[in-house]
Amino acid sequence: MSEFLSTHRADVAALLIIILTGLFVWSIYYGLRRTRKLDSEQVFGDPERTLGGWFWAVCGVSSLLLVWFYFSWGTARAFFPSAANEMCQVAKIDEALSPITAKLPYGDRYYKSTELLVRNGQQLAALEAQMPAGVYSSAEQKKLFSILDRNQQLLTIYSDSAQQSPSTGADLDAIHLRLQGLSEAIDAGYAGLMPTAEALAQPRWGVTDSEIPMLPLTPRGVLFDNVAEQSKEIAKDFVKVRNLPEAAKIIISGVKSDITSLKEADKNYSGSEADLASRKAYLKAVERIFKRLDDGAIFPAAAMMQINLDILQIQDSVKSQTKGLRLVDALFLPGEGVVKSRTLCVEQGSSRWLPKPTDVVAKFARLANPNLEDGGGYKGTVLFWWKWLEIADVIAFLIPDGVVDMLPGDYGIHNDNGEFVKTYKDHLLAVAQGDVYLGVVPMLDGHIWDSVFRVIVAMGFGIALGVPLGIYMGVSRFFKSFFDPLIELYRPVPPLAWAPLILTIFGIQDDGKIFLLFMVAFAIMVISARTGASGTQLSKIRASHSLGATNKQIIRYVILPNALPEILTGIRISIGVCWGTLVAAEMLAGTTGIGFIENVARTVSDYELIWVTILIMGLLGLLFDIAMRFTISVLIPWRGKG
Amino acid sequence: MTDLLCKNLSMTFTNPANGAMVEALKDINFTLKKGELLSVLGPSGCGKTTLLNMIAGFLNPTSGQLSLGDKQIEGPGVERGMVFQQGALFEWLPVSKNVDFGLRMKNLTPADSEKLVEKWLDIVGLTGFGDTPTYQLSGGMQQRVALARCLVNDPELILMDEPLGALDALTREKMQSLILELWKETGKTIIIITHSVEEALLLGERLFVMAPRPGRIHKEYNLPFAERGLKESLRDIKQQSDFGSVREEILTMIWDMEEEIMGNV
Repeated sequence: MSEFLSTHRADVAALLIIILTGLFVWSIYYGLRRTRKLDSEQVFGDPERTLGGWFWAVCGVSSLLLVWFYFSWGTARAFFPSAANEMCQVAKIDEALSPITAKLPYGDRYYKSTELLVRNGQQLAALEAQMPAGVYSSAEQKKLFSILDRNQQLLTIYSDSAQQSPSTGADLDAIHLRLQGLSEAIDAGYAGLMPTAEALAQPRWGVTDSEIPMLPLTPRGVLFDNVAEQSKEIAKDFVKVRNLPEAAKIIISGVKSDITSLKEADKNYSGSEADLASRKAYLKAVERIFKRLDDGAIFPAAAMMQINLDILQIQDSVKSQTKGLRLVDALFLPGEGVVKSRTLCVEQGSSRWLPKPTDVVAKFARLANPNLEDGGGYKGTVLFWWKWLEIADVIAFLIPDGVVDMLPGDYGIHNDNGEFVKTYKDHLLAVAQGDVYLGVVPMLDGHIWDSVFRVIVAMGFGIALGVPLGIYMGVSRFFKSFFDPLIELYRPVPPLAWAPLILTIFGIQDDGKIFLLFMVAFAIMVISARTGASGTQLSKIRASHSLGATNKQIIRYVILPNALPEILTGIRISIGVCWGTLVAAEMLAGTTGIGFIENVARTVSDYELIWVTILIMGLLGLLFDIAMRFTISVLIPWRGKG
Repeated sequence: MTDLLCKNLSMTFTNPANGAMVEALKDINFTLKKGELLSVLGPSGCGKTTLLNMIAGFLNPTSGQLSLGDKQIEGPGVERGMVFQQGALFEWLPVSKNVDFGLRMKNLTPADSEKLVEKWLDIVGLTGFGDTPTYQLSGGMQQRVALARCLVNDPELILMDEPLGALDALTREKMQSLILELWKETGKTIIIITHSVEEALLLGERLFVMAPRPGRIHKEYNLPFAERGLKESLRDIKQQSDFGSVREEILTMIWDMEEEIMGNV
């Protein structure tokens, strides 16, 4: 069932989108009608006017989901399942032609030849002006000027159509004809073309991590795929074409021998070291420019013009063959559309970082699978399940080994027979280290539970220590004045600022994070309990004195219940802050927990997983808050009515 | 004999900001016999509440002597029950738990305290309200709970600090009758502080009119109306001519004091 849903997620999404669109339209229609009626019953500004708008909630949620579907390309995948595959084939043509287009105005504004001409011309002029004075003899200087001059001549020869070598012209004509052939092939259409069986067997769009299927799934796609294959061959031949007229060859060999003779002169140079260095540097610069000009990569503009037109013609042919497809691309694939990288076609645009809703659900379902062998869980830990917990491990966690060390007596030693004689301390140490079997209890397990567990334990300690201290600070001058500065000094420090220090001291296991969260919870609990305690009405305190209550009884039966609303609000706030701190702490260090998953997902750019963790954290935070609100309404119904 | 004895009682407050001394009370002398009903009246700032807080043991007098029976008053105690203006009920407890608060503090067995609570709820007219949360009660009912909570402890002296001040006129009259009934039935010594001259006349077997700066007892009356109120309706008493003349006399007295204060300021 889940396998079927996973494969057909596009169809599920289509159904959902239709339902959501229906809900969206209906809620607006219904909402407008209801609003007209309700607004006539209340004046503007009446708080009652904000109540009873569930239909707008439906409208908001459905529009949010629709926006999500749209920008994640979920709509495109649901209704145009082959669009991305065809776009991929078009992208293949672009990629295959890119060695050609990079040299043409089509792909790069200027002809590559124009750019080379301008850049090298400027550098030649600059070199002429920079020639170092006094290190060359006049004969040498003359030779250098001549080299630069002949380089300049080369540029002129390359640019001249009249001097272009016949073989270059023939090569370019052949390329031109083949490109023309491509346009004709595209114009001829795709009748009779069929996708291969291998292509049809590919996983659907987005079902595996490779995203868009590469092989063409439609006849049109097959046509583009074929054209792309041919384009690759043409491009390969195009980059081999050279423009080396006879006149240029003569100049090149002449310049080469001049540079060699100057190098020889440097070997026998008798001047100062510094002069020799500047001679060598200058010659090197001259040779570098020459090396860029001796390979015949500059063509007359007229020679390339035809190729540029051919490419434009191919693009026109592709365009006329993909009319509907381009509309889908513009409307439903926001962003740059499908881009072909070396090995795969990827989504470029909002869908790159915004996974489709159905994919997020599928990812969550895979994570939630408690069977690790079956690919469930994450990094060897389930998401949320249960396990058998050894009681001995719990005891070992609670009793530090050092406690046993402090007991009187010695640990066992070996006797003369080579036997280890255990004392009672050895047995106790085994217990403290968890090396005994004391039975098992069922226990929750998994990343989510690990995170929740840390918050719960930290909150437990925070409440158990913070509330009594806060209450005493609310009633005692000593407690208030003694502890106030301490707490006010550490509380304003952002919890995450403590994290590096505390994780260093306690290590990356649970204790460090629990202690960090405890610090957060403790301060909040102290302050809220203190506020609650010091807010007790004096008349209530006096009444209980007159009724014969002792100081202890007043704290237990009057001040504590009176502070309960503040304490529960404090718990609610500190759970929220703890939750936020915990996720960040888990990102810093650790091997389990929701924050850990998100951090790993970040390093491998698994956007689906990142969103799954974000949603889980949001939902859990909401769940905590709802639970606390419910607890508050049950425990303190008198709130605000005293 | 558990008379309340008040001898040369003085109370001086020091303003912590500028060290200025205010004589809240000066040389208060009176004896209240067991079973007497005393009402205290006076303009605001005359030290009524200070006097009551000292008798309750919430404040220590600067000088003078205060004793109930042969015991010096040195702090709050069960033998002096207190009823506050707003009830000061524990809103987290239902009515019965509020009433038996004092008994629970004494660790009385639940069976015994249950009987007492029922008896007192019956007397103040709240039968069947034992499990109601106090925040659902009206102001008058809350004051009844406060009365029951105080009486269930069986104090020798009951102190009431403007107990009916926050109630509407009708409820107030009913509560006044209830207080008179309780006084008669229990025979407790009661001190009531009030702002209302009528209430002071109706509920005071004895009446102190206090004057401010320094706080002192300006005039003392012995009045017949409380006795009468046990037999006649309170509304009838208010129509009687001697009630009217005393009321006018006291009103003029307090009016003059208020004038004087305003003039001094």
